[in-house]
Amino acid sequence: MAAHRHNSEAMASDVHKKIKAAFKAFDYEANNTVDVREIGTIVFSLGCFPSQADLHDFIAQVEEDHTGFIHLEKFLPVMTNVLLEKRFPPIPEDKLLQAFEVLDKEKKGYLEQEELTKYMMQEGEVFTQEEMDEMLTALTDQKDNVIYYKDVIDELIIDNDI
Amino acid sequence: MGCGTSAVATETQVKRVEEAEAMKAAVLIQRWYRRYMAHLEMRRRYTWNIFQSIEYAGEQDQLQLSSFFSFMLDNFTQLNGNGPDLISQLLDPVLDPWLGRETCFSCIPVPDSYTGPRLTFPLSVSDTNALLNAFKEQQTLHAKYLLQLLCETKKLLRQMPNIVHLSTSYTKDITICGDLHGRLDDLLLIFYKNGLPSAETPYVFNGDFVDRGKKSIEVVVLLFAYFLLYPDYMHLNRGNHEDHIMNLRYGFTKEVMQKYKTHGREILQLFQDVFSLLPLATVIDGKILIVHGGISDQTDLDFLNSVERHKVRGLVCFILRRRHCQLTHQDSAASCSSSSSSSSSSSTLCSPRSPSSLSPRPCPSSPSIHFTVNSLQVPFLDSLSSLSPPSPPQYEREWKQIVDILWSDPKNQDGCYPNTFRGGGCYFGPDVTQRLMLQHGLQLLIRSHECKQEGYELCHGGRVITIFSASNYYEEGSNRGAYIKMGKDLIPRFYQYQVGRGTRKLTLTQRVRVAESSALKALKEQLFTHRSELMAAFKEFDHNNTGCVSVSEWAQVLESVLRLDLPWRTLRPHLVRLTAEGAVEYESCFEDMGSGTQLAQVTPNLAETLFRYRTDIEIIFNIIDKDHSGLISIEEFRQTWRLFSAHLGVDINNQAIDDLARSIDFNKDGSIDFTEFLEAFRVVHKLDKYQHQSRMDSNTERL
Repeated sequence: MAAHRHNSEAMASDVHKKIKAAFKAFDYEANNTVDVREIGTIVFSLGCFPSQADLHDFIAQVEEDHTGFIHLEKFLPVMTNVLLEKRFPPIPEDKLLQAFEVLDKEKKGYLEQEELTKYMMQEGEVFTQEEMDEMLTALTDQKDNVIYYKDVIDELIIDNDI
Repeated sequence: MGCGTSAVATETQVKRVEEAEAMKAAVLIQRWYRRYMAHLEMRRRYTWNIFQSIEYAGEQDQLQLSSFFSFMLDNFTQLNGNGPDLISQLLDPVLDPWLGRETCFSCIPVPDSYTGPRLTFPLSVSDTNALLNAFKEQQTLHAKYLLQLLCETKKLLRQMPNIVHLSTSYTKDITICGDLHGRLDDLLLIFYKNGLPSAETPYVFNGDFVDRGKKSIEVVVLLFAYFLLYPDYMHLNRGNHEDHIMNLRYGFTKEVMQKYKTHGREILQLFQDVFSLLPLATVIDGKILIVHGGISDQTDLDFLNSVERHKVRGLVCFILRRRHCQLTHQDSAASCSSSSSSSSSSSTLCSPRSPSSLSPRPCPSSPSIHFTVNSLQVPFLDSLSSLSPPSPPQYEREWKQIVDILWSDPKNQDGCYPNTFRGGGCYFGPDVTQRLMLQHGLQLLIRSHECKQEGYELCHGGRVITIFSASNYYEEGSNRGAYIKMGKDLIPRFYQYQVGRGTRKLTLTQRVRVAESSALKALKEQLFTHRSELMAAFKEFDHNNTGCVSVSEWAQVLESVLRLDLPWRTLRPHLVRLTAEGAVEYESCFEDMGSGTQLAQVTPNLAETLFRYRTDIEIIFNIIDKDHSGLISIEEFRQTWRLFSAHLGVDINNQAIDDLARSIDFNKDGSIDFTEFLEAFRVVHKLDKYQHQSRMDSNTERL
C-alpha cells in the first residue's frame, strides 16, 4: 500500500513539474500568471486534445474574475486532474489519415486549397482567417498547389516530444 | 442503419450521414492542427527563453570584465612597469595623442576608381540618396567622406543640449524607433514603409545604432547624414552601445577596422567623440520622455540637463574612474590641488599634463609601447586639472545619472535596485516611474534596450513602452521589430515588421526550426565551456561510475552549474541521450563539439577557461593592440594572461602559458597573432554541416 501511494505521489510530483514548466514558458512577468489567451497552447502542449468547448469550460474553472489572467495556484490542481484522469485523450494518428480521406471524396490522394478551406472554415470548430492562412502556407505543396495529406501528416505528428 | 433488413436508405439519409462524417473529420483535423500550432508556439517560447538567458548571462561577463579592470587598477603596482599598461591604454583611447582632432581631410586622396558617393558639405538630398543607393549596392563610403561626415556631426552635436525638446504643433506625426544594432535591412525597411526623414516625417532614434549587426557603419552613417541634413527633424539619443568598450566587445570596432584598414584608428576616435556627444534624452510636448535604457529613483532631469555629457565615455570607464578616485583619495589626500601634478609611484594616473602642450613622442615602432607618465593624455583628467578638483561625490553623481539613463531596465516589482546583470543602471519599478512622471509632469516613458518578441511591450500600467527595431535579433525568425508613430493626441500607434532573408516566405514551422536550432547550439556551447564543472557535479551523483544519472539529477546539475533558468527536462531530448532504462548518459552532450584547431599544450582546464572567457580576452587583447594590427608581443600576452587568471582565481600553471605563448608564435618574431590564437578556442559543432544539410533537404521537400 505504501509503495503504491509513494508511486502515485511521485507521479503527481512529476506531473506538477511538467505543468509548471509549460506554464512558466508564458509567465512573462515571472509572477506566476499567464494571459488567458495562452491557456489553449499550454493545455495542448501538455499532450491534451480538448475541443473548443472543453477549453471554454476549462478556462471558466481557472479564470480569476475576468482579469484576463490565470494564476498558477488555480491552474495547477485543475490541470493535474485533467492529466491524471486523461480527460482530453489524444486522437490516434491513423484517425487523422482517415479524416483526410473522408474529406477527399474523389479519392485523389490530395486536397485542393479551396476544398480544405471550405471544410476548415465552415465545418466543425471553424478556423479563423489567420489560422487558415497559416495552415495553407504550411501544408500546401509549392509546385502543385495542393495538399498531399499523406505527407503532411508526418509533418503534423512529428513534434511529439515537447 | 439497421442490421439484417436492407432498409432502403433515402438519399437525404445518406447525405446526412456523409455530412456528419465530414464534420467529424473536419473537427479531428482542426484539433490536430491546433495541437501542432500549440507545440510550435511552445518551442518558440522556449527558444526565446534560451536566447534571453544566454544574453543576460553574457552581460554578466561584462561585469566580469569591469571587475577585472578594477582588479588591475588595484594591482598595477605589481606590474613594475614591465607589463602592458592596460589602465592607461584603457582610459586613454587616443592612439596618437599628438594627432590633432582637426585632421586635414582634404589631404586624403580619393582614387578615380572609387564609384561610391562623393559627399559635399553641407549635405543635400542628393547626398543622402547617393548614400542610400550605395549601401543598397553593398558599397563602402570612402574614409575621407566618412571622416568629414563625423567631423560635421561632431560640430553640430556640440550645439545640442543633453535633453532635446520637440513639439507636435509644427510637425506631422513623429516616428520613434528603438535599437537597430547595425541592421541595415531593418532601417531600410522602416524608411520604405514609413518614409525617409523629412519635415513631414520627423524621427527619433533611441540609441544602440551599432554593434552585433554587420552593417553598423552604414546604419550610423545614414542616421548622421539625415541628422546633418535635417537637424530639426532627425533626433538621435545615445544608447549604451555608443561606448568604445562595448564596441570592442560587440563588433563595431572590428567592423571599422575591417572596412577601413588605413584610416580605421582615426575613424574610431571620431566615432568615440561623436558618441559621447549624442544627446541623452528627447522630450515631446513636455509629456513624453524618450531615453535609451530607463530611469532610477535618483533621476533628476534638470540636473541631467546640466552635466557635461561628453565627459562620460562609457560604463567601464565610469567604474574605473570611481575606483581610481577612491585610490587616489587614499594615497594622496592632500595632493590634488588645481595646478600641480602629484605623482607618486602608486598614482601614475593622477598626473594631469599641463593643458596647453602636446608633448611630442617618438612614433611607436612596435605595438608594445609602454606609456610613460609625462606624455600620458587622459582626457577627463584634463578637465579635472583645469578646475578646482570636484569632490568625487559630485563626479559620481553625474556619471550615475547618465549610466542610469543608458542602462536601466523596468521591472514589475516596486522599488529601485542595482542592475547586477548588466553591471550598471538599475531595475526600476512602477513606483519609480510614477514618481518621475509626477515630478516632471510627464505621462509616458518610451525606452528601448531590451529585445521584445513582438518588437514592443508595455509595462507599468502602460506608462512605460519598450520599443525595439531590430527584427530577427537573436536569429532568423526570433522576433519582430517595431516603431511608434505619435501625433498631437500623443497616443502611440505601433507598426511591426520582420525582415526576411530571401524571397520565399518561410512558414512559421521553418522559422521556429531555424531559431530553435540556433538557440540549442548556443546552449550546447554553454555546456561545453563548463564541461569540467558539470562532469565533477555529475560524478557526485554517479557513485558507481556508470556514466549515467537520473533525469532529475541531470536537470539539477545543469541548473546549479550554468545558473540559467531554463526548462531542462523539456530540452533534454535535444541535449543528451537516454539509456533504454531512462537514465541520462551525461557525457553524450559533449560528443559533437570540439575546438577550432588542436593545440597540444592545452590542458583541458586551460582550454575551458579560454573558451569561456574568450570574448573578454579578445577585448583585452584589442585594447593592448592599440594600432589594431592584430598582433601583441609575447611579453604582453604573458603578463595579461597571468593577471587575468590571478583575478579569476583559476589555477593555471604559468609554465603552461609560457609554452602556449611560444608555440603560438609561429614566426618566432616575438609577436602573436591573437586572432589566430583565439580561433583555437571557438567552439565548433562537428555535426553542424550535416544538420544544416539535412535541414536544407527537408526544406526543399516541403517547399
